[in-house]
Amino acid sequence: MIQTLALIVSSTLVYSGPLIFTALGGVFSERSGIVNVGLEGIMVMGAFGSVIFNLFTADTFGAWTPWLGLLIGGLVGILFSLVHAVATVHLRADHIISGTVLNLVAPSLGVFLTRELFAGKGQTDMIAESFGYANIPLLSQIPVIGNIFFKSTSLPAYVGILSAFVVAFIIYRTAFGLRLRSVGEHPQAADTLGINVYLMRYIGVLLSGFFGGVGGAVLAQSISLNFSVSTIAGQGFMAMAAMIFGKWNPVGAMGAALFFGFAQSLAVVGSQIPLISSIPSVYLQIAPYIITIIVLVSFVGRSQGPAANGTTYVKSK
Amino acid sequence: MTQSKWQSLLVPVLSVIVGLLFGAVIMLLFGYNPVDGYQALLEGALGTPFNIGQTLRAATPLIFTGLGFAVAYTAGFFNIGLAGQALFGWLVSVWVGLAMLDSPKWLVLPLAILAGALAGALWAAIPGILKAYFDTSEVIVTIMLNYVAVYIADYLIRNVLTDRADATPFVGANASLRTEWLTELTNGSTMHAGFFLALLFAVIAYIFINRTTFGFELKAVGLNKDAAEYAGMNVKRNIIIAMVISGALAGLGGVMNGLGEFQNIFLTNGVAPAIGFNGMAVALLGLLNPFGVVLAAILFGGLMTGGNIMPLTAGIPSEIVDIVIAAIIFFVGANYIITFFLNRRKVRSAVDNEDVIQQGGQEG
Repeated sequence: MIQTLALIVSSTLVYSGPLIFTALGGVFSERSGIVNVGLEGIMVMGAFGSVIFNLFTADTFGAWTPWLGLLIGGLVGILFSLVHAVATVHLRADHIISGTVLNLVAPSLGVFLTRELFAGKGQTDMIAESFGYANIPLLSQIPVIGNIFFKSTSLPAYVGILSAFVVAFIIYRTAFGLRLRSVGEHPQAADTLGINVYLMRYIGVLLSGFFGGVGGAVLAQSISLNFSVSTIAGQGFMAMAAMIFGKWNPVGAMGAALFFGFAQSLAVVGSQIPLISSIPSVYLQIAPYIITIIVLVSFVGRSQGPAANGTTYVKSK
Repeated sequence: MTQSKWQSLLVPVLSVIVGLLFGAVIMLLFGYNPVDGYQALLEGALGTPFNIGQTLRAATPLIFTGLGFAVAYTAGFFNIGLAGQALFGWLVSVWVGLAMLDSPKWLVLPLAILAGALAGALWAAIPGILKAYFDTSEVIVTIMLNYVAVYIADYLIRNVLTDRADATPFVGANASLRTEWLTELTNGSTMHAGFFLALLFAVIAYIFINRTTFGFELKAVGLNKDAAEYAGMNVKRNIIIAMVISGALAGLGGVMNGLGEFQNIFLTNGVAPAIGFNGMAVALLGLLNPFGVVLAAILFGGLMTGGNIMPLTAGIPSEIVDIVIAAIIFFVGANYIITFFLNRRKVRSAVDNEDVIQQGGQEG
């Protein structure tokens, strides 16, 4: 029983980790008023960056490689999201079209660069240093609970959970957070008060690039372990759904991401769990998506995002 | 006003040019010769009757999914679920074809096409209904339904349509859109009669959107839901009907794959058909005008067909073409940059600078 629970918890965390980080990124962007459908593409580039870094530096950095890979993934995400920021803030592009462009270009760009780096091959080799499973010191010593939650578990997911609380503090308790939210709610008013709307929106989008890139890097270095065109396959959209389900609140988004991770992990570990193993796999595969829709309809309903989300702000003279 | 109409035509044309230039820069950066690259692309797309046939064949499903996106967008609805709707259209049309191997063509072919359209329509009705009655974000719902469609289709292909095979058998000649004279005319390309069906639907869609009361109502709903409601239109019903039509067109796009191009259906491996997202891109490039959609689809068909040949003849990865396509869509979306420069030339001597800002900031 404890073993089954531990299996469910650890695989839930493995699948939640990428979603948590990416959903937090979405919160930053949309709180500033920029809709970011491009999280999927940002994850792809983060995954690509981290895998390349991992492959080339694993000898140098050893066990630290995947963690440094997260930073690289985040940096690549920032660079990539810059396109979305310029398009939506300065070029007044439709946010959904611009985000869709990120999603369209990322897999092709990643595979193109992979071909350039690896003599024409469309996917990379497997990375040598991955996140794997780790024990959390002290906490894993707690009887029963330690076994279920903190032994051979996913460390990046715990970092993500902690990050959610940090992000919540930033957004709700700091001057920066207040400015970010005001720009997403009522840019005209914020502008009148002397807040630089364009700058805040750039920061919001670039932070979504960082967190989305980290999310992609977590996924690549703990689940797929290489980069190919299908490494991400929809996780960015799931993260976006988690953000909306969590009502644009970092902790809520993190909770939703944990829930989606749980639903997804069932399709993978279900065969090892009595009772669930008798359900045909197709139902487990479609469950996360169906659940998302049901949740959106029943719990969120007329979910209200930031009031100025998706609008272009044009500073008047 | 004719000035601005002319100008709005200039946006997609310039976007294509800038997108191609962008692709050339990338090729240069990575040490490829862009002249060789685009020559290979052009020849691959239009060089021989066979290549022209392949280009028109690739354009065919895109015309349908593009029209589907345009109709939904007219009603203010972002249908990102074209891929899933097309997949079900594809699956069901092949299914009907396989189930009626011995029936006459005049019965099977129309029935299979209709069934495919219906499958797409029903799948699109779900986000339509949820949007109309629960105001649920159609972007998320249609994306989620794409994944559901992918898994259900794979399950049905493996367990119902075949005995654990990766692809179904081919449909019979009685369910095929291929015609001998088209194949002969294009030296054995897989171009099929669906192309003419697509042109027909483009005309129908144009008349529907621009010349009927219902088309007008859809536009009204798309422009301002509340105003349309106030004017006595049934907004909920219009949203659902727009989605059903959009889904039916996307389903037909899938039928073109099923009965025209491939003649069967195979496992998706988790990725919904590319004609979904490309259809969206085609619709945006075509400025959501049915005739624009046809032109944009043919351009895309050419880019994709020529792009496949680039690695063979010029040694340039075909992903370059995807990057070019994304760049084109980017500039269509960010058309402010193009209109800004066009306006600046016009307005430079004029007094009112406010005009530029007004015209550029129409999004809301």
